[in-house]
Amino acid sequence: MNEQALLGLADDELVLGWRDSEWTGIAPLLEEDVAFSSIAQNEIGHARAVYELLAGPDGDADVLAFDRRPEEYRCAPLVELHLLEWAHTIARRWLYEVADEIRITALKQDSDTAVAGLAAKIDREEAYHRMHAEMWHDRLRDEPRFQAAVAELWPHALGVLPAELRGELVSRVGLGEVEATERGTHTDELAPMWEEMTMVRRSAPAGAQW
Amino acid sequence: MVAEAQVWEALEEIPDPEIPVVSLVDLGVIRSVDVANGHVRIEFTPTFLGCPALEVMKRAMEEKVAGLGAEPEVEVISDDSWSTDRITPAGREKLRAAGFAPPAPREASAPKLVQLQANVFRCPYCGSTETRLENIFGPTPCRSLRYCDSCRQPFEQFKTI
Repeated sequence: MNEQALLGLADDELVLGWRDSEWTGIAPLLEEDVAFSSIAQNEIGHARAVYELLAGPDGDADVLAFDRRPEEYRCAPLVELHLLEWAHTIARRWLYEVADEIRITALKQDSDTAVAGLAAKIDREEAYHRMHAEMWHDRLRDEPRFQAAVAELWPHALGVLPAELRGELVSRVGLGEVEATERGTHTDELAPMWEEMTMVRRSAPAGAQW
Repeated sequence: MVAEAQVWEALEEIPDPEIPVVSLVDLGVIRSVDVANGHVRIEFTPTFLGCPALEVMKRAMEEKVAGLGAEPEVEVISDDSWSTDRITPAGREKLRAAGFAPPAPREASAPKLVQLQANVFRCPYCGSTETRLENIFGPTPCRSLRYCDSCRQPFEQFKTI
């Protein structure tokens, strides 16, 4: 597993965790307020664990998480989108979880045991995120508004995975292969989020005291 | 010189920061303790990686070891060697007594929604299995919310992982 791919995974989890947390307090159901907050917290925990692995025992995960410029992040455009609309939010959660399961399953076979072990740990926890996504997918799958959101986000979803893993995503989602919105380019929506996400860090580079 | 048994005893006194009825030893998150020449090395396996209490637990272990006059080293092991099956029988009983349903045993495959929706989880208040899933997610990553139809009491269920 190369470092750029691991950095992509960590950045995806950090940025999607941030986006999911935007529902805290305003989700359409109290249960979803709790669910999105909990999923967001856990995704950010996964990001932290991968950043720590990349930073090494003497490194600092926060440097990777917060001290890069927006254009240096390796996240997929799918996770950057500011989607405060329920059909699109659920479409993204579902597409992301399907893609992420394929990616994590592959990582569990990594020759680096630290990477494989961490992937196995993440996989156990993600089982609950997948249940949540599947539950909503089962409920909304026949709704035209949901189907339109899935179709709109589909090129972005393909961009989460490297080319060699996309075939499985195509067969699991059941949509045709289209040109992917690739990782490495960013949407206009990342920079404003980055401003907010890194604000405390930039205002107190030596570490904020709470 | 500090002995390994003394370290375990000291660790037994550290409550889980979010479910203080159980200790870190009850939770089974301390994988090993090695004592050599006044140096104590603890391998610690987090419950959930998103648990906000990880740093607090790590600091509490370091303080306990330092209190014994030894030099602490806590290594966080982020692999899948911890599962809820590691919670000790005493820990499960303490959870139940405090109103948390202990986790179901982990099966070979990952937990499924249909299992959580099944009537196999016993209400920690009245013992009924007429309970239903209210929310997969709860106040911390490790907990779900259930409702008992017999005694009409909501309760928290430790997630199986």
